[in-house]
Amino acid sequence: MIEFHLDPRSGVAPYLQLVHQVRQALRLGILRPGDQLPTVKEVVASVAINPNTVLKAYRELEHDGLVAARPGVGTFVSGTLAAVPVASHGPLRRDLERWLAKARRAGLDEESIEALFRSTFRSAAHEDIA
Amino acid sequence: MSAAVAARGLGKRYRRRVALDDCNLSIPEGHVVGLVGPNGAGKTTLLHLAVGLLAPTSGSIEVLGRPPAADAAQLGRVGFVAQETPVYARMTVEDHLRVGAWTNPGWDRALARRRIDELDLDPRQAAGALSGGQRAQLALTLAVAKRPELLLLDEPVASLDPLARRDFLKSLMAFVADGGTSVVLSSHLVGDLERVCDYLVVLVASHVVLAGETEALLASHRRLTGSRRERASLPSAFEVVEESHTDRQSTFVVRTHGPVLDPGLASEELGLEDLVLAYMGRATSTARRRRPDLTVAS
Repeated sequence: MIEFHLDPRSGVAPYLQLVHQVRQALRLGILRPGDQLPTVKEVVASVAINPNTVLKAYRELEHDGLVAARPGVGTFVSGTLAAVPVASHGPLRRDLERWLAKARRAGLDEESIEALFRSTFRSAAHEDIA
Repeated sequence: MSAAVAARGLGKRYRRRVALDDCNLSIPEGHVVGLVGPNGAGKTTLLHLAVGLLAPTSGSIEVLGRPPAADAAQLGRVGFVAQETPVYARMTVEDHLRVGAWTNPGWDRALARRRIDELDLDPRQAAGALSGGQRAQLALTLAVAKRPELLLLDEPVASLDPLARRDFLKSLMAFVADGGTSVVLSSHLVGDLERVCDYLVVLVASHVVLAGETEALLASHRRLTGSRRERASLPSAFEVVEESHTDRQSTFVVRTHGPVLDPGLASEELGLEDLVLAYMGRATSTARRRRPDLTVAS
């Protein structure tokens, strides 16, 4: 079983925060196929959110094939998310280092690099959803 | 399906003061509705009209498809928790439950008992000796144990500390998850309601200035920032809710369904709080403009 939490200042819709937390738990192996997710009532009674928010998150996870609802019983993990193998981190990190060097040559300081990364990451994440 | 609350041209005037003016609303069932507005905007009046404690001076209001408090059956369908969550100070917790059972035909004894256990309340304790949070929870218990189809709460968390506030909302949401009750709760702070509401009604100076499903409202509003420009230069598809200007920069809150194509305008999503504040700001400045004796420096 996992426990949800919400960050009201993150700017991410609450249902997406729940979705991300399940995906994260799957990636880390905290949740495995067959595990039960907390019931809607359990979630709302622990984080004080609208039940429809939880239903929406569970529907999205179901749509992605990660969980399955058994009527009258609960929602269970039915899929897995392969963890990204650490071996692939190396080349990605080298790409990123090259890009960082380029950004500094272009005159960006640390703050503008972070801002650029965050806004690009956000808009890319947004396109993924749409 | 009938609306949880439907109002047409609804108005309430006290001797000299207009408390509510020309309200039109149709809130579908199955939502947790946040009724938000500054103090004195008319929230309590609207709730009292919905419960049937007040009669409208113009227009009409229906709850669950029928006039409020039309008969005993209709009274049983609507639960109400008044401001300051009143309880009888001298009566014990147990007495409250007993009165609840006597006066409500649909009283759910098991639910009431379970909630008192979960809250760890001593049934023999006088209600006057309960903490603010416990008193609010007792008032909520009395309202939900009658198994209402619609639950109305007037500023239920305003006087509670943050922990009691969170606990109260947890209890309320657990009850909603149990099955199909529509809820309307008022607050002068959006932050209190942000996590629990999926429908929002904003009331300012006796008028409904915004109503709709929270997600749709958030999706249809943007904050645009760019070099200084006039509102007329924006595409006509943008309805300007709020604008502010410095000598170099202009900021607009707009309602739109289309994309923002102008590369000179940075477009951001708004949080619920900012969205509500933008509408409140607009409504108050319109109210000021209506009074010719008051000049507003711009």
